[in-house]
Amino acid sequence: MKGGALSFLRVTLGSVRDLVPIVLVIGFFQLVVLGQPLPILGQLVAGLVLVMLGLTLFVHGLEMGLFPIGERMAHGLARRGSGLWVLAFAFCLGFGTTVAEPALIAVALEAARAAAESGVVAPENSGIERYAAALRYTVAAAVGTSLVLGVWRIIKGWPIHYLIISGYGIVVALTLVAPDEIVGIAYDAGGVSTSTITVPLVTALGVGLASMIKGRNPMIDGFGLIAFASLLPIIFIMAFGIIWNAVLGP
Amino acid sequence: MTALVLQILATLRATLIDVAPIALVLLFFQVVVIRKTIPDLRRTLIGFCYVIVGLTLFLVGLNEALFPIGKIMAQQLTAAPALAGSIALADFAWVYVFAGAIGFATTIAEPSLIAVAMKARQVSGGAVSVWGLRIAVAIGVGIGVSLGAFRIVSGTPLLFYIVGAYAIVILQTTRASRTIIPLAYDSGGVTTSTVTVPLVAALGLGLAESIPGRSPLIDGFGLIAFASVFPIIAVLGYAQIGSWAARRRTRKEK
Repeated sequence: MKGGALSFLRVTLGSVRDLVPIVLVIGFFQLVVLGQPLPILGQLVAGLVLVMLGLTLFVHGLEMGLFPIGERMAHGLARRGSGLWVLAFAFCLGFGTTVAEPALIAVALEAARAAAESGVVAPENSGIERYAAALRYTVAAAVGTSLVLGVWRIIKGWPIHYLIISGYGIVVALTLVAPDEIVGIAYDAGGVSTSTITVPLVTALGVGLASMIKGRNPMIDGFGLIAFASLLPIIFIMAFGIIWNAVLGP
Repeated sequence: MTALVLQILATLRATLIDVAPIALVLLFFQVVVIRKTIPDLRRTLIGFCYVIVGLTLFLVGLNEALFPIGKIMAQQLTAAPALAGSIALADFAWVYVFAGAIGFATTIAEPSLIAVAMKARQVSGGAVSVWGLRIAVAIGVGIGVSLGAFRIVSGTPLLFYIVGAYAIVILQTTRASRTIIPLAYDSGGVTTSTVTVPLVAALGLGLAESIPGRSPLIDGFGLIAFASVFPIIAVLGYAQIGSWAARRRTRKEK
């Protein structure tokens, strides 16, 4: 019990240190550059205490819960012998975690409004909602597909850079032909699609798989799943924009 | 005080809804496909609860304190030179410094980056240090966001920068050690989640709104893309400097 309390204290100190840069940046710019006192000081202190407490619990829970879950799923599924189950799991995890992501819902609505303004979507609410929902499912499918592709790569042992670099090529080519209003959103969605709970799970899954399969090195083959999950949504969204405009006409 | 408690409960509810699909997928595959009892079930569940409660408190703290202040500051900093009717680059110097500093600082506190760095140290047997990786990624985000702010102010096309950054990544990939490449690519995606995205997006939209001739819908986006490409360059560079220093040391010993 004493060891537990000690490690908790250590993690807490770590969270305090993690927040120092933010406090310094806000303090410096508010006091020195803008030359104004800090507004809502009491609220700021209370908020920082919550952030620190939250970060401490999160990091503690990572090692106790999230990492072991991801690794055990990888081991359990790999032992079933069929790669198909691992791929199915990867798709469900990617699709399931993305489709309900609040950040994505917000971005999809934003994109639908931009599209309505440029005239490719009917400006009524029903048109905007349909566009936003279609975009949301497209991104969820993109993240599911990314994890399938990433897991397939781990099973096959392919080097990651050929896949990622060809992905870059596709992104650049699509940027040239995609409608303007979707390009910026597509680029930003790559960052939105990887949430704080998904990242540790997916990382543990990749490393767990790579350490189970003979001839794979966890460092070379285990990482890289997140890279696919932030690249494929860009491609899928731009393709979505092109197809939507081509089918429905400007 | 009651407002804060209500806020925490509402966020807890949102986090639980967010986690529900993940829990369902895990449960389905555990019960239907793997069909084995989970060792250490109690400990794992407690850890999962820690993650949910921790994330909830973290989000409430951000929404209550950091985001409102960050957004106000972004608006004030961008409004000052734009009000004076100037788009001279030097007038925006503080904006670029702020963009870089806030990008760096929020990345240091990013929980998913902490998770990946912990895993990387464990897998590499300590060759990749948690702080080395986090600082390299944070520098990458800082430079990226600063450059992204410059792009919005100067109005140059996004593709121009992205192609340039991709070219650097490809060049570095051909020279880098195979063990660092996947981790570097991953660090592009993990930088941009809970902390960085809202602040950086607010900065981009604020800039696009206050500068004449920019549309928030077309020019305001794209900052996140900068924040996810430049960390790749920074991590590959960090590994190259590390191996270069090691080579120099062994040469000296001879």
